Amino acid sequence: MTKARRIYEKIVTGILFSSSTITSFTVILIVVFLFREGIGLFNSTPTEKNYVIAVSRQNTIPIITSNELADIFNQDITNWKQLGGSNDSIIRLTLNDLSGIFTEEELGPNLEYFPQKLNEYVKTTPGIILYLSKEYIPKNFAGRIIPVKKITLLDFTFGKHWYPTSAPIPQFGIWPMIVGTLMVTFGAILFALPFGMATAIFMSEIAGSRLRNIMKPVVELLAGIPSVVYGFFGLVVLVPLIQRLFGLDVGETVLAGSIVLGIMALPTMVTVAEDALHATPKSLREASLALGASELQTLVRVVIPYAKSGISTAVILGTGRAIGETMAVLMVTGNSTHVNYSFLQPTRTIPATIAAELGDTSFGGVHYNALFALAIVLFLFTIIINLSVEVIKNRNKGFNQPR
Amino acid sequence: MMSFVVVAILVIILGFIAVRGIGVISWEFLTTAPKEGMTKGGIFPAILGTGCLVIGSMVFAFPVGILSGIYIHEYLMENWWKKFLRMMTNNLAGIPSIVFGLFGMALFVNYLKFGDSILAGSLTLGILTLPVVIRLTEEALKSVPDGLRLGSYALGASKIQTIQKVVLPVAFPNILTGLILSIGRVSGETAPILFTVAAYFLPRLPESISDQVMALPYHLYVLATSGTNMEETRPMAYGTALVLVSIVLIINLSASLLRRQIQKKTKMH
Amino acid sequence: MTHAEVNNVNVWYDTIHALKDVSLKFERNTVTALIGPSGCGKSTFLRLFNRMNDLIPSFRMNGTVMVNNQDVYSKEIRIDEIRKNVGMVFQKPNPFPKSIFENVAYGLRVNGINNKTIVEDTVERSLRQAALWDEVKDLLKKSALELSGGQQQRLCIARALAVEPKLILMDEPASSLDPISTARIEELIFELKKTYTIILVTHNLQQAGRISDLTAFFYLGELIEYNLTKKIFLNPDNTQTQNYITGRFG
Ligand SMILES: Nc1ncnc2c1ncn2[C@@H]1O[C@H](COP(=O)(O)OP(=O)(O)O)[C@@H](O)[C@H]1O
Ligand SMILES: [Mg+2]
Repeated sequence: MTKARRIYEKIVTGILFSSSTITSFTVILIVVFLFREGIGLFNSTPTEKNYVIAVSRQNTIPIITSNELADIFNQDITNWKQLGGSNDSIIRLTLNDLSGIFTEEELGPNLEYFPQKLNEYVKTTPGIILYLSKEYIPKNFAGRIIPVKKITLLDFTFGKHWYPTSAPIPQFGIWPMIVGTLMVTFGAILFALPFGMATAIFMSEIAGSRLRNIMKPVVELLAGIPSVVYGFFGLVVLVPLIQRLFGLDVGETVLAGSIVLGIMALPTMVTVAEDALHATPKSLREASLALGASELQTLVRVVIPYAKSGISTAVILGTGRAIGETMAVLMVTGNSTHVNYSFLQPTRTIPATIAAELGDTSFGGVHYNALFALAIVLFLFTIIINLSVEVIKNRNKGFNQPR
Repeated sequence: MMSFVVVAILVIILGFIAVRGIGVISWEFLTTAPKEGMTKGGIFPAILGTGCLVIGSMVFAFPVGILSGIYIHEYLMENWWKKFLRMMTNNLAGIPSIVFGLFGMALFVNYLKFGDSILAGSLTLGILTLPVVIRLTEEALKSVPDGLRLGSYALGASKIQTIQKVVLPVAFPNILTGLILSIGRVSGETAPILFTVAAYFLPRLPESISDQVMALPYHLYVLATSGTNMEETRPMAYGTALVLVSIVLIINLSASLLRRQIQKKTKMH
Repeated sequence: MTHAEVNNVNVWYDTIHALKDVSLKFERNTVTALIGPSGCGKSTFLRLFNRMNDLIPSFRMNGTVMVNNQDVYSKEIRIDEIRKNVGMVFQKPNPFPKSIFENVAYGLRVNGINNKTIVEDTVERSLRQAALWDEVKDLLKKSALELSGGQQQRLCIARALAVEPKLILMDEPASSLDPISTARIEELIFELKKTYTIILVTHNLQQAGRISDLTAFFYLGELIEYNLTKKIFLNPDNTQTQNYITGRFG
């Protein structure tokens, strides 16, 4: 072997090695970037940049949460007493309310006297809460800027309200989306499981090789159809059907999402389950048949138990497919971010939320961060799914090779 | 009986789209840009855009994926590093496509400042296909009998010679089949391109890899959900869906045919 | 003259002690049969000479292996050189899915020999030596996979001969073949003995008796007995050998 050849081989090996490293590097990069952008949500106050919340100096409340703020500005909380403060009714002040309190001359044509007036007003109004851009806050401000509590993981996960763009305070509770995702996915599995298993059993146990050769490409084609096409089909066929069938105002429902997702999860389930059933050793089957068991008994008592872990893998992988699916669900579930526990109401899943909203966010803003945090949740879901597949695989290995 | 439902579903979906879409398809539809608020004209920019993205992602994912697959299967012993790589590949494969889109936006569009561009979109799609390509390469290599490798080594061939002259030629048809399938998958993906490249409407065709493009799947999404004049955009949506499905089906079918060809050939011996 | 020798070799796979302090010498132009129950280390022993064991990650050894008075495991020598000088034929025929011609030419090509006339001459010579030329001389462009099992195995022998080794290792070369093909391979081995040294692993005792000059009996990783084949089969010194030969175990 010549020297040139040896150098050539070293280089090729190097290229091979670096390629394989890129892959693992990519996963790490994905995690890093998701967290980098997502974690920001929990590190910043949720109010918009350059805006402040302030109260009177007499006000004794030290810090305020975003939920409380939302309630105050929604007028669900009207007295400081409700938050443990003094008995003063709450008076809200934002830029929109100015005209009700001050006259135009008082403020000047470009609001140049406003900071001064504001000071006077704050001094005399113990119940005030104001939400204003920093530029209007005078140097010798008579009020007190009150800090807003950062969003906690708990608020984020179990918060029931998702108002990512509302002022003065957006709310990022993802509970509606978690519920939506789980319900749609659960419905999809419920729909796909019987059909998927029946098809898998049919293909591996009953169908002759001719039929099998027809079914296999059918399943593959089903897997190949792009998700937007499923979404489109759901939108123009399924949604109106459901609307009419159940006499609903809108047909875009959890049910529609479940059916579309169920169809999309079918190929994964069928393929994996069929492989598992097919892998049952012939000798086991023949042994059972030789003992006088019928085909059906053999199937139920020998084949299915043997293929059990493969079948669970099929279900889990189908779930994985369903949980991460974006476009189809986005198109048929109606985009509602209210908590909903009914199959006949609209909802929105985690991936659909990201797809629907990310385009409207500004890079680095709280909303942007919140969507990345949402992606982390989705990522965790899929990691859990991957891990459970691994666990089942490993357990099965030990079971099949007792030595 | 239940299992025929699966066949029925396929037939219904394809049939429905074919019946509604076939009337819309014309030479003009395939070769011109959308007109009059997407109620008239064609989808040529979207077809072209999808073509660009497929090629772009192939350029990245195929070499990296195939080389990684070769490295993992032919070079690595069963040790922790191989397990780690395999775990990473599996994890990567399980990540939802929207997460790839998010990642692509954060890394390529914002951090590396590529902006919404063919480059950013292709790389995102490429990363999405990477685990698929690695896995199919590994599967193809696994189907090469070990006896061939040993035979080659015994004649004094080096590892790389063995891979180049024996292993890869044998695995090639299977790798090719897998690659074709992965192209089918890429051309239908929407979520990863939403925030990395896809444009709602572009009057011009792209001129460089830093331009945005329209893409078939995204165009279908737009037509289906956000038209101002739903009645009139519907036919365009059916036509787009038919074109998209046809492309994907043709790709999948050619992969199937190729595979059948290979099976026939290997069975003969 | 001694062609190859093994001195005090021990082999382990992880904790399995596969060869235990084995020493053996092989004379030029002889056929030596290695016999013994399966798992006793015959293949492991055979693979010492062309370092094919090195491909198994858990493989460890000590002792020396010499071929042509060269230490096969010395640091200075290159593995591909060794493998070029030692041909190997496997249990299952493993022709490459290439043409018959390219199969035989493979060993030349990987060693950088591409000269057309040299390659063509070598291919013809090797196929003739392997007694395959007459059957395939018009099919050289055909895929090797279209040959029958017995032809494939002779092709693999031709492939090994093409790089002009002096020592040929055969690991149960006829065990997957029908009796007629087996007979042809045996004839071939008999012919090859004139120019090559052959070490042959076989399960088939009659085969060992028919074609080998010497026989080595392995048991549980140890070399139990090594002697002229006639002696081993008619009157072995060791009772374990006796038992194995007469079919009392193994
Ligand atoms: N690749 C390997 N890895 C681990 N152990 C091996 C390997 N190959 C062979 N062995 C072990 O070494 C011993 C000898 O095997 P082998 O040389 O193949 O015997 P034989 O060819 O006589 O049947 C056996 O116990 C076998 O289990
Ligand atoms: Mg052996």
